[in-house]
Amino acid sequence: MSFKFPSPEWVTAFDEQINTSDAYANAAKTWEGDITLVIEGGAGIYLDLWHGKCRQAEFLTDPSSKSPEFQITADMEKWKKVLAGKLDPVQGMVTRQIKLDGNLVKIMKNVKAAQELVRCATKVPTVY
Amino acid sequence: MWYYSSPFVVFGDEALSHLEQLSGERALIVTDATLAKLGIAGRVEEALHKAGMETCLFAEVEPEPSLQTAKRGAQVAAEFAPDWIVGLGGGSPMDASKAIWAMYERPDLDATEINPMITLGLSKAKLIAIPTTSGTGSEATWALVLTDTEEKRKFSTGSRELVPTLAIVDPTLTQGLPARITADTGLDALTHAIEGYVTTWHNDFSDGLCLKGAQLVFDYLERAVRDGNDLEAREHMGNAATIAGLGFGNSNLGLAHAMGHSFGALFKQPHGRAVALYLPYTIDFTTNATLGRYADIARFIGLTDSRDEEEGGRILAEKVRELALAVSQPLSIAEFGIDRADFREMLPKLVEYAEQDTQFFTAPRIPESEELAQMFEYVYEGRPIDF
Repeated sequence: MSFKFPSPEWVTAFDEQINTSDAYANAAKTWEGDITLVIEGGAGIYLDLWHGKCRQAEFLTDPSSKSPEFQITADMEKWKKVLAGKLDPVQGMVTRQIKLDGNLVKIMKNVKAAQELVRCATKVPTVY
Repeated sequence: MWYYSSPFVVFGDEALSHLEQLSGERALIVTDATLAKLGIAGRVEEALHKAGMETCLFAEVEPEPSLQTAKRGAQVAAEFAPDWIVGLGGGSPMDASKAIWAMYERPDLDATEINPMITLGLSKAKLIAIPTTSGTGSEATWALVLTDTEEKRKFSTGSRELVPTLAIVDPTLTQGLPARITADTGLDALTHAIEGYVTTWHNDFSDGLCLKGAQLVFDYLERAVRDGNDLEAREHMGNAATIAGLGFGNSNLGLAHAMGHSFGALFKQPHGRAVALYLPYTIDFTTNATLGRYADIARFIGLTDSRDEEEGGRILAEKVRELALAVSQPLSIAEFGIDRADFREMLPKLVEYAEQDTQFFTAPRIPESEELAQMFEYVYEGRPIDF
């Protein structure tokens, strides 16, 4: 079964991937911070990430309803490339195709966790 | 989408005299006390004076420059108001000059806030990088490494806007450099070239530069180490370092740098010696998964005709070890004189810092934490990685 991106069902499937990933749990064991992934001009995905687990995952019709520590914004085409493993999110940020609001240094110190998070997203069977 | 960045490069005999052709009012020279004492900063000042510029010398950069030093340099710049900043020296003064340039133009920013995602908008000054060692490649890159002395760790950052405007690679500036420094820095250049070629961010623009950089180091490093006045070897090593810098500066690095940064920060070892130590082990580790594109490098430098990745990786790792041995580079952590108990105590930090390094995530094969700890153990003993 595939899930439409973005949708509440996709977010639930993503949440399950995160919370069943040993690789993420290990890589993010010291991570404390919430993130909203925003589709430019559209919906958002809120994740409350804490010590290798996702404590809360929520589909947001209005991303501005949350004030997370980090917000990552890209248009739909860029998100598709990220989810297909065709765009390295860090390269996307460096070339400003993906916008990060928040402390980059904290992200760069936790790149392995970020990579595992992306890997969890790519494992969700996705349709658009 | 990706970018290729490069300074205007002046290289070869008399390259330093290009400074006489520049236009400007004031140049701040950022260097270290040794280069000031040896008169090398004086040569730069003299050339800038011929160009009609007033100069100011900031010769306070220490090895592994600190945030605090960069802040002092930015304060000097704010008072002197230069339109040129000259980073003169090894990687430390050149990296410090980039941070000073950024903080001079953007006093609202701390060096830790510099990153590729913000626009610095530099307009008051331009940067000249003049290497006096052949290794760092900082003269050709947008990266800088500073040490946070309070947290006892290095941090790497950068901005495309911090690529020097001009790089001057003059072989006479490395003439007579001690053998130990020549070996450390030369192997740093080799590590840049090899990792820059195999990184997951490798690209068509950086590949050729990395291959040529590696070839030049294999051809000329031993000669440069053996005879500090061999100007032909010096010139090619200087070019190798800058070429490798152009390569990795546009493709990033990998595991040897992540492990070397961690080791260098925790055990206070020079950058080049630290990263070069890990190079053959990371080639082993990557080759064990048949990854890495090392066979291309092995073919390019004439070690084999084979296209077999595993064979190429093994041959290259062996060649790197041979070169390290030939220039008296330590090949294990134990050879650095580090006690096993001290090493074991630091092992969790070694792993943590390496995993948090900005070069870690572009390695072609990324180890799990346990594998990384095991790799450090193997390197302690000098055992080739067999997993």
